[in-house]
Amino acid sequence: MCLALPVKVEKMLEDDLAIVELSGVKTTISLALVDDVQVGDYLILHVGYALNKLDQEEAEETLKLFAQDDS
Amino acid sequence: MKYISEFRSGELARKIAEEIAKAVKPEREYRLMEFCGGHTHTIFRYGIPDLLPPNVRMLHGPGCPVCVLPIKRINAAIELALLPNTILCSYGDMLRVPGSAQMSLLKAKSQGADIRMIYSPAEAIKIAQSETDKQIIFFAVGFETTTPPTAVILDQANNLALKNLFIFCNHVLTPPAVKGILEPARQAGRKVLDGLIGPGHVSVITGSKPYESLAENYQVPITISGFEPLDILQSILMLVKQINTGSHQVENQYTRAVGAEGNKKAQALMAEYFELRDSFEWRGLGEMPFSALKIKAQFKHLDAEQNFPLSEAAASGSKLCGKIVGDNKACECPAVLTGQKKPTQCKLFNNPCTPENPLGSCMVSSEGACAAYYAYQPMS
Repeated sequence: MCLALPVKVEKMLEDDLAIVELSGVKTTISLALVDDVQVGDYLILHVGYALNKLDQEEAEETLKLFAQDDS
Repeated sequence: MKYISEFRSGELARKIAEEIAKAVKPEREYRLMEFCGGHTHTIFRYGIPDLLPPNVRMLHGPGCPVCVLPIKRINAAIELALLPNTILCSYGDMLRVPGSAQMSLLKAKSQGADIRMIYSPAEAIKIAQSETDKQIIFFAVGFETTTPPTAVILDQANNLALKNLFIFCNHVLTPPAVKGILEPARQAGRKVLDGLIGPGHVSVITGSKPYESLAENYQVPITISGFEPLDILQSILMLVKQINTGSHQVENQYTRAVGAEGNKKAQALMAEYFELRDSFEWRGLGEMPFSALKIKAQFKHLDAEQNFPLSEAAASGSKLCGKIVGDNKACECPAVLTGQKKPTQCKLFNNPCTPENPLGSCMVSSEGACAAYYAYQPMS
């Protein structure tokens, strides 16, 4: 039920809508719950609505942490 | 897929699993509960239990909105769907949930009810605008993740002055559910879990703060976690380390999506349209005060419960169609939802209860623990 996936913004549309790419498929979603979205941003998509922006720097940090040797 | 596939690396999964094995103390047990059904699904899909030392046990929590909705609310939705001149819009996972008297929304549909499976609440607005001679009822379910999209359509319906869209609100809150598991155990003088994998997408909206008082009050470490296998393994490692030192902080593993404060815009919209219910019944956890949301009185023109008084049967959950309302007596969903039993300890599991013929809610939703066991566990 709380399934949400990262999607990339391809094109901004009117009325708080945007076209995003989700696993190679382009789909229209609502940006009603988020502000300051730009083309190229990654969003967390749930039931057709972006819930938040994905923080790309934090994602890289988490990936680095996985690869680090634990001391 | 960027930001998905990197978090599924088998090589890194084995590396984190080795770190977990090194960190655990052999003399103690680590009982960790994943709150979310989505986490349960990932844990089984990627075989995470097989990567963990035997003294790290995963318990499955109540974080599946489909699973925790009591049967009377399903009956009420069926009753609403069967009203004349009505279209009931519902998320797909609700359609096969068994109500009383062997009814379900899917069976109501086969009897002629106009029930539309929708992916997004936005579709309910479109249907209301195109089918102006019908009354459209949206069967809204879900935790804090799913509530803001419902708030958006309430806002749109209100602003567009739509006269034919109504929301049947069943939105529930996660912190009371966590409390619903920890409080009875504390009162009985037992500790039922040593660490909690906290909800990831709920926390995108609420932030990690609402869990701080729970961690403090119940002395249980909580790690807010992402939904990919590496996220969950890292969260397990973080919990093991906290448990070893006797710490009980809220930690955030899912930093790429969750902040301390959450999504303020979504929170403001929810606060505008919803208020707390005095009490709400949860399957498995019973009646819990202030554990769910209702539509504010000033927007009662959009509230299905205010516009279509439910029969006493559906409202009280006592009788429907002359038959006693209740779950299958042998169904262990309540014990499964609270981490007290494994799905395989239920007599109905696999025979006769299967995803094709679910007798309990935990088998219906793909996020339910029973469905996850059925799909991924080798049958002995």
